[in-house]
Amino acid sequence: MNHYALTHLQQLEQESIHIMREVAAEFARPVMLYSIGKDSGVMLRLAQKAFAPARIPFKVLHVNTTWKFREMITFRDRMVKDLDLDFEEWINPEGVANNINPFDHGTQRYTHVMKTEGLKQALNKGQYDAAFGGARRDEEKSRAKERVFSFRDKFHQWDPKNQRPELWNLFNCRVAKGESIRVFPLSNWTELDVWLYIHHENLPVVPLYFAKERPIVYRNGAMIMVDDDRLPLQPGEQPEMKRVRFRTLGCYPLTGAIESGADTLPKIIEEMLRSRDSERQGRVIDYDESGSMEDKKREGYF
Amino acid sequence: MSYSRQLDEQGIDTYLQRYGNREMLRLLTCGSVDDGKSTLIGRLLYDSQMVFDDVLRATKKASEKFGTTGEEVDLALLVDGLQAEREQGITIDVAYRYFATERRKFIIADTPGHVQYTRNMATGASNCDLAVILIDARHGVLEQTRRHSFICSLLGIQHFVIAVNKMDLVGYSEARFQEIREAYSEFAARLGVRDIHFIPLSALKGENVVHRGASMPWFQGSPLLDHLETVHVASDKNFVDLRFPVQNVVRPNLDFRGFAGTLASGVLRTGDRISTLPSGKQSRVKSIVTFDGELAEAFAGMAITVTLTDEIDISRGDMIVAPNNAPPLENSVEAMLVWFSETPLQTGKQYLVKHTTATTSGVVDEVRYRINVGDLHREPAQGLQMNEVGRIRLECTRPLAADAYAKNRATGAFILIDRLTNATVGAGMIVERKTAADATQRRQAAADAGRFVRMQAKRRITPEARKARLGQEPFVLWITGLPRSGKTSLAYALEEKLFEAQRHVQVLDGELLRLGLSRDLGFSGADRWENQRRAAELARLNLGSGISTIVALVSPLEFERQQVRAIVGADRFLEVFCDAPLAVCEARDHDGLYARARAGEIQNVTGVDAPYEPPQRPELTLDTANTPAADNIDKVLQLLRSRHLLP
Repeated sequence: MNHYALTHLQQLEQESIHIMREVAAEFARPVMLYSIGKDSGVMLRLAQKAFAPARIPFKVLHVNTTWKFREMITFRDRMVKDLDLDFEEWINPEGVANNINPFDHGTQRYTHVMKTEGLKQALNKGQYDAAFGGARRDEEKSRAKERVFSFRDKFHQWDPKNQRPELWNLFNCRVAKGESIRVFPLSNWTELDVWLYIHHENLPVVPLYFAKERPIVYRNGAMIMVDDDRLPLQPGEQPEMKRVRFRTLGCYPLTGAIESGADTLPKIIEEMLRSRDSERQGRVIDYDESGSMEDKKREGYF
Repeated sequence: MSYSRQLDEQGIDTYLQRYGNREMLRLLTCGSVDDGKSTLIGRLLYDSQMVFDDVLRATKKASEKFGTTGEEVDLALLVDGLQAEREQGITIDVAYRYFATERRKFIIADTPGHVQYTRNMATGASNCDLAVILIDARHGVLEQTRRHSFICSLLGIQHFVIAVNKMDLVGYSEARFQEIREAYSEFAARLGVRDIHFIPLSALKGENVVHRGASMPWFQGSPLLDHLETVHVASDKNFVDLRFPVQNVVRPNLDFRGFAGTLASGVLRTGDRISTLPSGKQSRVKSIVTFDGELAEAFAGMAITVTLTDEIDISRGDMIVAPNNAPPLENSVEAMLVWFSETPLQTGKQYLVKHTTATTSGVVDEVRYRINVGDLHREPAQGLQMNEVGRIRLECTRPLAADAYAKNRATGAFILIDRLTNATVGAGMIVERKTAADATQRRQAAADAGRFVRMQAKRRITPEARKARLGQEPFVLWITGLPRSGKTSLAYALEEKLFEAQRHVQVLDGELLRLGLSRDLGFSGADRWENQRRAAELARLNLGSGISTIVALVSPLEFERQQVRAIVGADRFLEVFCDAPLAVCEARDHDGLYARARAGEIQNVTGVDAPYEPPQRPELTLDTANTPAADNIDKVLQLLRSRHLLP
């Protein structure tokens, strides 16, 4: 490589920083959605880099479903403190009042209320006109066509046929009142890129990504971790200790673990490289049918 | 995944180190609906073992439902994403795919080939280094092929791979491949793309995609993936012209004031003298700040924060440049525009113009012509419809620090936004050429700055002395008209008359120019303009030496003739129009130009498949169809006498 060349990771990083700066400059009320996972962690680091030596100039928002792994919340609170974030948490109060949970109401309804509706409430309440999300285009096929700046109408709906052409790095940041843009600065990153970046930057991640003995039960072919006593055990179900880790993090009753011995970053990367299954396999919510993510996005899910 | 082999050989630590040093290549794939584009991408991913088992299982399931390949897995379904398009069996938007090999990370912008999706192709092409253009070996070069190639070249892609697909359906015929190669090369000569590479392949059978295969031993080149891994694109970047559009002003406290942005081009070092646009104020680079520490230098593509030694007022939308290398600041730019919106482009309507980090408002005050994307011909147009491409003039409220797109993609591009709907309605690429008025203005400005004076000072011989010696007032006679309308014979007859009258005169006609001075030019619109420009500049130099010039060129466009008038200087420029109907000209077709054009052997012939705009205010119009040649010669001589250019 010649002297004036960026490696692919540097190039991805610089481009993401450019995107964040555009948003900070052109939108009145941007917000960063923080899901605590590895992609969110990379976003936070990129935001630090984009605005250094200044502080991250927008709010960081976590839409909590109340069913996150406990270690995620501990990690979140630590990040908020260490990075001096302007942090806000939102939990759908109607969902709480009606005790919406994945067991009594089914995965779809629960996700809709606690995630999609919760997110919309939080965005409306904050009157945010731009929201950063950590989604990547390599995650799922319908994401492959997602723009970096994804336009949403005032009902937060995504219309795949009515997306703005996106050329060069000239992003159209104009929205009318009530409309918003979901911004995906990691669009061009792959899962491998994210891990390599975490390794390169020595970023902290939730310990759940590393293999450890954890109590699990088997449900629909997935290994579900018994994170607290709210998980109703079925008759005869007995949690057993397994050396497992998570490739992706979400609500613990909906996130499958994988058996693994990978307890360091290089080992995680090696395991992923040798693996023959893609990362979304661990997410119960995508399993329903092949177009399910597209349908969720139309409704306003990320 | 093929990673396993690499890992066994290298171990994870070596792998991590090497992977960190990979380059990135962005490429665009384009082809018509049935060219097998999705199959090709699927094949690339599948054969380079980038497909996960669960995805493959899902694809197998989908193959049974939607597939077109019978028992085999339909690789196209690996890449076709949205439900709607899967049901229609076509790709309807730009989709991005990612894969990596040991050498590079690839981002594929997969764009549809359907006629109405020019906008998607332009979108995909805007960030790409390379385009893979698919041709179905059975059908050869189609209008779609030309369309795709044109858009790719318009968006500045310098590397083309012409993937001649479905070779299995033409018996892997070398002759067929060569035939397509020749046909495409002839067309592509007009595009001005630096690097065009042809590969015969079969995506379905996996021949020459990742693996060489045994069916085409006659092909000596590399398979597609090899080429993508090795094609040299690093030198495409501009490290010469410093352009740093300011995105944000960073002010964490009273002691720090930095300007954040991405270096669009060039190299910036601490201590460098810089100038800011539009204010023109100068300073020096105090530091280049990043989260990871200060840098001594930064180069194109890097996102940095810069502090300066002086307190000067800079805000978002301003540009930091080198004092001796600044782009012109202009309210009015010429550009190629791709129109995206269902509502046609309206001249005179206000749009928002986003150029680098600056947003201003602007009006397209003229559509000079529309390009027929299929055959590259220019057509007169009032506005632009969705998916049309045209040459326009944009007048902005605030000046743009604009470079030509050909020189600088980042500072030569802009988008147009509708003020009411906020939709992105157009994408523009700035063209260097100035309008006639601008050129005159610039010349005037240069004269004011004393450049002419200095030039004259170097010259010891004054124009007056030359006139006295040569005994003449020099002029430029520009003869325009359709091919075979009698321009050249008029020019040489005039030369003879003037020579007899002791005048010094030079004739420039197309044949003479293309013999040497313009030997490097073809017959595209841009090349034909360049040929005229060179003739005009030569005529101007002749004027300086006291010699008259007679130029005989078709010069079909009014706007271009205005420009040559500006180059020469309006006071010494005489435009003569040889007016003869096309039928008359075509009847005089002694060398078969029109016949070959009609037969489709050659393109871009004025009168046949390229427009001719008659002059609006020529100094003289000659009826070269009915009037005897001698009378026409006399008319020109009379004109010269009436202007006191001939006694």
